Amino acid sequence: MQVTVTVNGVEYTKEIEGRLLLVHFLRDTLGLTGTHWGCDTSNCGTCVVWMDGEPVKSCTVLAAMAGGREVRTVEGLANGAELDPIQEGFRQCHGLQCGFCTPGMLMTCRHLLDKNPDPTEGEIREAISGQICRCTGYSSIVRSVRWAAVHEAEAAETKEEAVAQ
Amino acid sequence: MQVPAPFEYERATSVDQAIGLLERLGSSARLVAGGHSLLPMMKLRLANFEYLIDINDLHGELGYIRLGADEVRIGAMTRHRELLESDALAQVFPVFRDAEKVIADPIVRNRGTLGGSLCQADPSEDLSAVCTTLDASCVIRGANGERVVSMEEFHVGPYETAVADNEILTEIRIPVKSGKSGSAYAKVERRAGDWAVVSAGAAIWLDDKGHIHDARVGLAAVGPNTTGIPEISAALRGHEPDESLFELAGAIAARSCDPSTDTRGSAEYKRHLADELTRRTLRKAVERARS
Amino acid sequence: MTTVQEPSQVKLTEFEDNDQKPVGFGRMLRKEDARLLRGRGRFVDDVQLPGMLHLAILRSPFAHANIVSIDTSAAEASPGVKAVVTGETLKGLGLAWMPTLSNDVQAVLATDKVRFQGQEVAFVVAEDRYQARDALELIDVEYDVLDPVIDVRRALEPDAPIIRTDLEGKNDNHVFDWETGDEEETNRVFAEADVIVKEDIVYPRVHPAPMETCGSVADFDPVEGKLRLWSTTQAPHAHRTLYAIVAGIPEHKIQVIAPDIGGGFGNKVPIYPGYVHSIVGSIVTGKPVKWMEDRSENLISTGFARDYIMRAEIAATREGKILAIRTNVLADHGAFNGTAAPVKYPAGFFGVFTGSYDLQAAHCKMTAVYTNKAPGGVAYACSFRITEAVYLVERIVDVLAYELQMDPAELRLKNFIQKDQFPYTTKTGWVYDSGDYEPTMRLAMEMAGYDELRKEQAEKRARGELMGIGISFFTEAVGAGPRKDMDILGLGMADGCELRVHPTGKAVVRLSVKTQGQGHETTFAQIIAEELGIPPADIDVVHGDTDNTPFGLGTYGSRSTPVSGAAAALVARKVRDKAKLIASAMLEVSVADIDWVKGSFSVKGDPGKSVTIQDIAMRAHGAGDLPDGMEGGLEAQICYNPSNLTYPHGAYICVVDVDPGTAEVKVRRFIAVDDCGTRINPMIIEGQVHGGLTDGVGMALMEMISFDEDGNCLGASLMDYLIPTALEVPDWETGYTVTPSPHHPIGAKGVGESATVGSPPAIVNAVVDALKPYGIRHADMPLTPSRVWDAMRGQATPPI
Repeated sequence: MQVTVTVNGVEYTKEIEGRLLLVHFLRDTLGLTGTHWGCDTSNCGTCVVWMDGEPVKSCTVLAAMAGGREVRTVEGLANGAELDPIQEGFRQCHGLQCGFCTPGMLMTCRHLLDKNPDPTEGEIREAISGQICRCTGYSSIVRSVRWAAVHEAEAAETKEEAVAQ
Repeated sequence: MQVPAPFEYERATSVDQAIGLLERLGSSARLVAGGHSLLPMMKLRLANFEYLIDINDLHGELGYIRLGADEVRIGAMTRHRELLESDALAQVFPVFRDAEKVIADPIVRNRGTLGGSLCQADPSEDLSAVCTTLDASCVIRGANGERVVSMEEFHVGPYETAVADNEILTEIRIPVKSGKSGSAYAKVERRAGDWAVVSAGAAIWLDDKGHIHDARVGLAAVGPNTTGIPEISAALRGHEPDESLFELAGAIAARSCDPSTDTRGSAEYKRHLADELTRRTLRKAVERARS
Repeated sequence: MTTVQEPSQVKLTEFEDNDQKPVGFGRMLRKEDARLLRGRGRFVDDVQLPGMLHLAILRSPFAHANIVSIDTSAAEASPGVKAVVTGETLKGLGLAWMPTLSNDVQAVLATDKVRFQGQEVAFVVAEDRYQARDALELIDVEYDVLDPVIDVRRALEPDAPIIRTDLEGKNDNHVFDWETGDEEETNRVFAEADVIVKEDIVYPRVHPAPMETCGSVADFDPVEGKLRLWSTTQAPHAHRTLYAIVAGIPEHKIQVIAPDIGGGFGNKVPIYPGYVHSIVGSIVTGKPVKWMEDRSENLISTGFARDYIMRAEIAATREGKILAIRTNVLADHGAFNGTAAPVKYPAGFFGVFTGSYDLQAAHCKMTAVYTNKAPGGVAYACSFRITEAVYLVERIVDVLAYELQMDPAELRLKNFIQKDQFPYTTKTGWVYDSGDYEPTMRLAMEMAGYDELRKEQAEKRARGELMGIGISFFTEAVGAGPRKDMDILGLGMADGCELRVHPTGKAVVRLSVKTQGQGHETTFAQIIAEELGIPPADIDVVHGDTDNTPFGLGTYGSRSTPVSGAAAALVARKVRDKAKLIASAMLEVSVADIDWVKGSFSVKGDPGKSVTIQDIAMRAHGAGDLPDGMEGGLEAQICYNPSNLTYPHGAYICVVDVDPGTAEVKVRRFIAVDDCGTRINPMIIEGQVHGGLTDGVGMALMEMISFDEDGNCLGASLMDYLIPTALEVPDWETGYTVTPSPHHPIGAKGVGESATVGSPPAIVNAVVDALKPYGIRHADMPLTPSRVWDAMRGQATPPI
């Protein structure tokens, strides 16, 4: 069957099997290997991407289901050479070690900040509770998200001031 | 990574069209909504279908929470996240928000649906326990129109429901009774996102004098299907709620259920939890009804 | 090449946090993050080669069964299938069996019978992974099911079924007996002791379950005769040698590449049949072949960890002076002895079970057996079985505290090896290099507010609430190892390092170890920077590719910093020595008159007269004169053989609350004070500790690979094998003390596994402490609500 999916703003039309999983469509069909997978049962959250603005586990979504929808992956976070604040937060606060769960974590945390720009520790932990990180013990991920929240708020303030002037 | 066996993908654009597809394809087809129960099973090749009918486009038609004076109607495609975030629903039936907070995880809740959860008919499934607690009924539509069944009728057995191959669950209806009411849900799990070791829902309706007009308790993971316990309702009706009454209800819950030992816990422990969680949720439900 | 036996000097380094790029030690952001944050990491499953095929493995559904017949005809006819290979095919090639890391053999594909559920029976190579998976369904295997041996206690019964019928003359399920310490002396001390406490302690089978499963891409070029293998390996060089032995390909024609690795934790140390399958698949089809296991395959067939049943006994005076410890261990090694430990250490470093205490005697007797379960045994950040050893001693010390009605902190403080006793030789023969335990313990107690916690606990107990405070104090033994004692299949556990300074003063350092997330690209750049004064940003760290790095044994057992880190420091010093000679020529003074401060060589007493390392690099490669007899270039290599292990230590305190109604355990606080000697990058050290603490919560409360009586694995997916999420762990509180290693060139000790080793006993001790009102002194992991409830009712049972 044919499917048309917009990924990070680019429209792709591909011939696929009905059973093709979205994670394989992204990785194997489109070569966007930033999105990883870590289990078969949608427990680990390594494969999280956005579909129509919501984080989903791409190992449990068919590529066909994404037809006509907008998908955003870790490759779509940075603005050219400039990291998204959430990526910068992870870098500053050691929010990653092996980096395998990181793309999924980043997508979830970006979404959290979009919905809730000033999340508490508890809200951050809840938001990432469907994702497993075997390396960091999560504290540094919580700090990374807080870093991004604080810096985004500061950046917004600076921007407002500039506009006011 | 595990991958499903080949199947044909169809996308439904309306309920009627979905029913038309089911009529044509029969038992070789299965509806898929959130997919978080079905697709892992298909990947592990525990389930195989020739056709999958994607009904996510029916969210416009079947994704709603409508609060009426005597009934709340929730569309089968309403997603967990929507149930969790609905303040109006939490106002009438706080049991929903209690349960949704502990169902799977936030990402899964973005996709999973009320209808999908009920149709999975897993004896450990939380929303089935919630619906049982609230005495919900299920609207099932086929080519010949709609029929409405109670939760007891809906669950035919573990992983089996009253929905026929050519039918679709479209709506859940929950009666809104007069008087002060309260409800609550509690779950013991080994880890966040795990299926319940045991969970319990309780709903209480108080009359003008503050006596129990009606009470219901629904348990999950302690028997072949989520279990409503009429004996508890009978024992509680007409009484003023107090700790001894909750104890009595807990004792009935413990002896009425039929848990089995597995990696989540021993049957004995689960029986204990049926008691403990029944008491806790009734206590909370009464507290909410009074406030 | 020089082999350095004794590092020449010990340097204690002051360091401070520095967000800006420092030269040398201190907090520095990681070099590897730039690619990993952008989704530009390159993991094994990201490797895509032209014409690449995909491989899937058919595994046994039974724990123990004879293979009667295998029919592959339908699978061979399945769309896209290029090859179907069975044990019979491999037998013809002499490849049906391969050596394990413990001098046993393991089936690459089963020929005679299957010996655990999940064992490899056949594999399919097809055009894509979906087709390969589909074809597995079409392979028809007829099994004759045999009685399995699942209970380890049953394995040695005379009528137990024999698992290893492949080993000639084998008529039982015995693997080895092992003993350490002085039995007679230990018995004598026990006979005279006031108090003897005994407890049966089980460390259940768990699994490292890194987020990336194991896999490989094999690309055999028949013209060159060269095999390129991208694989999830923590030890690329050791693997290369083994492949040369297994596959008969000359070692110089094998290139093993470990690209980015999504976590290892010991899971990626052994060679699994799947890697060999991909090699065979590539040879057979003439195409590159990729194998990536799925999560179930990872959990049921690859290196498990622990599985020790331990009887612990401790002897003490009435006043709480610990005299001796003895233990008897029954070890489950699964169907093949695949333990990845130095050959002379079949029980790994379990011999350090004497812990951090000054004892009069100690003795251990161990028996290892085969069962119908997956092979493995040393994995999951265990420091070669020190997890089990520390759990044993820290649990039994707590049981002793319970019996003596002493505070567990006080009991430990009373028995520590004292600072002036180091180097300290334990009663089992380990030479602890350095330690200063009391300040570490006191710091942890101070951070925790220990006395206030005990007060709070007393108040809560009076109200019927359950709160527990658990302590563990560990000494680790990491950095294997001196090659005279430690080898894996004859390969000495030393590590090479090469450093090359380019003409412009930038450098490349090549390591034999391989990061799986530990941050080698940053830490090793910092070590070179500290020793040579080149900024870390100007140092490229190359690792993981056997064609481009020197030989060495790899990253596991917390050995990278103790061994390879030492190699990096010493190779930099060799370069520095040469640079100094060049500087003396450039500055026209004698070498003795040259001062060195990071990056700059100056004339003693005239700091204005100086040259930088960059100037020297240019001179070394340039046209100007060099000192007489000196070769051009600025580079060195080394093979570092450590003189001893390093012995980091730490004090951990855990606070838990237990719901008396549901028996659910909540870890409220966790305080970890680690002493890993000189600290290179505190940010990375803290990250290593956090991860290990989370492992500890997993093992203590939820993780376990269990089996039913037929040998079906009950933890075969992440739905059943539970790993902690962000909601089960607290915000970690960490602290540190610094006791440098006297024999490591920069005084550093390993830290990668400290927290995984040290945290489980702290958590279990806390839960057991919470249950004190019920008269409980022991309960085995995993402390799931159901098992805690059993304990509360005095019905705690072992998990196996």
